[in-house]
Amino acid sequence: MKLFVSEGNPQCLKVLCALEVTGVQCDVHYVNHEERVVPFLSRPALPALLLPSGRHLFSPNAICRYIFEVNGQESSDLCNQWLEWEATHLQPALAEALHMAVLQGKGSEVSQVLQGPLNFLDQSLNNGNTPYLIGEAVSVADVVLWAALCPVLSDSSLVLGKHKSVKAWFDHVAAMHSCQSAAQKVLQGKGLQGMKSYMQRQPAPQSSQCRDTQPCNSSPAECGEEEGERVVSEEDMNAAALKWSKGLNADPLSKEKQHPILPQEGKRNILVTSALPYVNNVPHLGNIIGCVLSADVFSRYGRLRGWNLLYVCGTDEYGTATENKAREEGMTPQQICDKYHVIHSSIYKWFQIDFDFFGRTTTEKQTEIAQDIFWRLHNHGFLVEDTVEQLRCENCQRFLADRFVEGTCPHCSYPEARGDQCDKCGRLINAVELREPQCKVCRQIPVIRSSKHLFLDLPKLETQLKQWLDTSTSTGHWTANAKQITRSWLRDGLKPRCITRDLQWGTPVPHPDFKEKVFYVWFDAPIGYLSITAKYTDKWEKWWKNPQQVELYNFMAKDNVPFHSVVFPCSLLGAQDNYTLVSHLVATEYLNYEDTKFSKSRGVGVFGDMAMDTDIPSDVWRFYLLYVRPEGQDSAFSWADMAMKNNSELLNNLGNFINRAAMFVTKFFEGCVPAVELQQEDKKLLALVGWELQQYIQLMDKVKIRDALKHILNISRHGNQYIQVNEPWKKIKGVGTERQRAGTVTGVSVNIACLLSVMLLPYMPTVSQTIRDQLHAPQSCVSTMLQGTGTFVCALKAGHRIGTVTPLFQKLETDQIEALKKRFGGQQYEDEPPKEKKTAQNAATVPAPAAPAAEVAMVNGVDPEKAKRLTQAVAEQGDKVRALKAQKAEKAVVTAEVAKLLDLKKQLALAEGKSPEPAPQKGKKK
Amino acid sequence: NMALRELSSLEKYLGLKKPNKYSTQGDKKVPVLQNNNGPPLVGLVTIACHLVKEANRPELLGDSAESRAVVQQWLEYTVTKLNSCTKEDIKTILKDLNLYLQDKVYLAGNQFTLADTFMYFGLHPIIMDLAFQEKEQFVNVTRWFDHIQHYPGVRHHLSPVVVLRNRIYTSRHH
Repeated sequence: MKLFVSEGNPQCLKVLCALEVTGVQCDVHYVNHEERVVPFLSRPALPALLLPSGRHLFSPNAICRYIFEVNGQESSDLCNQWLEWEATHLQPALAEALHMAVLQGKGSEVSQVLQGPLNFLDQSLNNGNTPYLIGEAVSVADVVLWAALCPVLSDSSLVLGKHKSVKAWFDHVAAMHSCQSAAQKVLQGKGLQGMKSYMQRQPAPQSSQCRDTQPCNSSPAECGEEEGERVVSEEDMNAAALKWSKGLNADPLSKEKQHPILPQEGKRNILVTSALPYVNNVPHLGNIIGCVLSADVFSRYGRLRGWNLLYVCGTDEYGTATENKAREEGMTPQQICDKYHVIHSSIYKWFQIDFDFFGRTTTEKQTEIAQDIFWRLHNHGFLVEDTVEQLRCENCQRFLADRFVEGTCPHCSYPEARGDQCDKCGRLINAVELREPQCKVCRQIPVIRSSKHLFLDLPKLETQLKQWLDTSTSTGHWTANAKQITRSWLRDGLKPRCITRDLQWGTPVPHPDFKEKVFYVWFDAPIGYLSITAKYTDKWEKWWKNPQQVELYNFMAKDNVPFHSVVFPCSLLGAQDNYTLVSHLVATEYLNYEDTKFSKSRGVGVFGDMAMDTDIPSDVWRFYLLYVRPEGQDSAFSWADMAMKNNSELLNNLGNFINRAAMFVTKFFEGCVPAVELQQEDKKLLALVGWELQQYIQLMDKVKIRDALKHILNISRHGNQYIQVNEPWKKIKGVGTERQRAGTVTGVSVNIACLLSVMLLPYMPTVSQTIRDQLHAPQSCVSTMLQGTGTFVCALKAGHRIGTVTPLFQKLETDQIEALKKRFGGQQYEDEPPKEKKTAQNAATVPAPAAPAAEVAMVNGVDPEKAKRLTQAVAEQGDKVRALKAQKAEKAVVTAEVAKLLDLKKQLALAEGKSPEPAPQKGKKK
Repeated sequence: NMALRELSSLEKYLGLKKPNKYSTQGDKKVPVLQNNNGPPLVGLVTIACHLVKEANRPELLGDSAESRAVVQQWLEYTVTKLNSCTKEDIKTILKDLNLYLQDKVYLAGNQFTLADTFMYFGLHPIIMDLAFQEKEQFVNVTRWFDHIQHYPGVRHHLSPVVVLRNRIYTSRHH
């Protein structure tokens, strides 16, 4: 057993004291303060005890306790209590006191800092009336506390004054020779000055005010609750009341959009894109929040702000993945794109994504624009030629794209590594490095062939790019991750990037030397933004070749950042045609799914089309996804959390407030908004609400979508509290001023509800409209409230008649959520162990490993034409069923239409050559 | 109050039949156990150790003098280090723990103890806040944390933290 201590370290006094008092034998080593004795701690920690087993103790109290226990004195509950108090209460105060006395020469303030703990100690000693802390004998508690206090209390300049019992106890312990001897070893008779070199190496203690700050958890509303009450000044209140009394805008924004939307002189012209979803799969929640939904919220908000805004998106359709999928499904790539484009459209429609245009990349315009950019780059000398070694399957007569090769990983020998990456060790692989490569389609061994390719000369464009980036990132709203990813790309140095591929499904390279090649998707896909806009309007260049007038916002997940911040801008800069480059790059982090393996093949996780079949309204999905939007850090989708947020935030907070406010108007005032006589308290509320509105606008302007949502929920929280305190349901029964008070509270509340409907519009468009319908709110309130820094006006004047009020949200029940969780979670178990051993039946629910993608056999009965027709029919029938459900149609009618839908789905599955899956069990039916 | 919820979770874990009565004291809301047979006990760790003894599960405090010291050390660590830390401290704590747990299943070695329970409680808000990449960085802490949160009967009042996170996105452009 070895004990490591350093001179002048008061913590070491404790352990040396314990050794002296108990007489336990131990080697004591004196080392420097900086010596790192405990191997796993990054900061030096002394004293440290090396135990016989080789383990280390680094807590002085734990060491003392151990020394006493070795000596046969186990610590009692009371002893534990003193040790814990010493560590949690006395030590922080002592650290502050010693810092002041030793380093700052403020010895006079020490007694102030120590007053609390000394009072407590004094009182306890006084009550106990024993010579030691616990009874008649010295214990580890006495040693630890005495040693802790020794440096301070021994100093004659620091007077104990009124703490008489502490003084008696301290002197009593100090009288023991062992304690004196230990103190001499550590402090060398120099008192506080002996500790100077130790103290200088300690981090400055936190002052008592800012101690106890818990790390703030990520959820926005929870943070909001922790914020203290905002102080509202008289001035704020009067300003809010003045705003309130102003009228609505006389001239509401034109309700309908006039297509085509084009940039206008003197307006803020904003072009919004969201990363083009890849066509070959059904989008999942991550895609939806990462791109289209975030961009939708911002676009809706921008239109409310009166900006002239265009939002375009579309499916990204070219590339190997589509070819692959086409093989799998026995269709042509075009048929695959047609099929999935419809699926994407219908999903986004259901999620109420309000694109101004949703196009696709497989168009004439795409070829035209991509080839134009290509020739421009070529003519300006930004393309270089190089030969690349590639795998070619002689049997299939084609070069194999990375995804079509499989083999043994050259790094970890995993036998099923893909051509671009190994799933086992995660390393990137160059396909020609694979050992024992196989063509995934025919399983033949491919050969290495060289093929000529064109490269975009990024190094040549680097200076120009950096110049532009400096401006764009400093003036625009780039998310932190976007800036950081871009920086790291530049730091690593740019290399030429291949823009051609040996494939068929792509935009053809127009150069005669590169016939039969197509553009690499990374070059081609972002050009889709331009070509899709060109499909929308012939005057597309007014958006895309107009950097003076247009601000471009790109929304994406962070994995897409380099293509939008480095690679695509280089294409456009090199093409030299006055292109509009991105001004604001908004990238989300990753959204994860529970703690289950997220897998399409095993049916685990939530995909866009499945969300539609959960009976949870689209608005609630939007709300929750935006509430957990991975903004600044990763977040996770969780069913239980979704139910909780629905029930606590939507139902009990937001919905409750709006419903109550409107119901008071209906019940107490015959549906007419009562007259409002603002008191101080009401003005204070108006000011608070105005402040939240201002925050909301500031955050939204910076595309902090999730943070802004918090302020909406804060307003309804303020509102609920206001109603609760003022009890209009009681006051309405009174007379005169009482009654009038009920009227004012109701009038203010229902106007806040109206404001909330506007703020909610970007997030929950249907609910937002429903609220205004119920309130018969004038349309002009939408264009008024979000102007400037926020304008909360009284939109519903006295006498205004509101409509029929109904609840906005429904509770999500536990069994409903559990059922959904099961349905989408595959064979997940909760953390309790399974009740019975896995039976054969249980085992059968564990899915077989996914069939290798190369299994591409054509199945009998596959009929792509029919499949296409049926896909369309299924989508239409699905819309119909949802519409009926939304209208709360008769059950029999709905059931009949659902039956039709299921039948269509079955036919579709057959036409696609799959075995029809049984209809999923609805959780509600037990 | 977190401390009281932690104690209540511990009671459930220990299977104590009669729930104890608690109150709190001072600005820091230190838990207090009203004890029929003597003066009240004050302090989270003190009460927790007391409950373990009540439940006759001394092995949870360590099965040797050395283990007991290690357990006490980490219990103290949770109430002193974890409760008042800055972002920078959190990084250091995670780094240290990650190194410490490199060759250990539990904090005290090969045996589950009270230290694991309270370190889990204390780290929960921190781990909740970690990004995916950070969890990968502190892989030993993450592994230990996931193990403890699935240890039968431990989690109770806290939400499960997604640890084996799988990317929803797969990047296509590489």
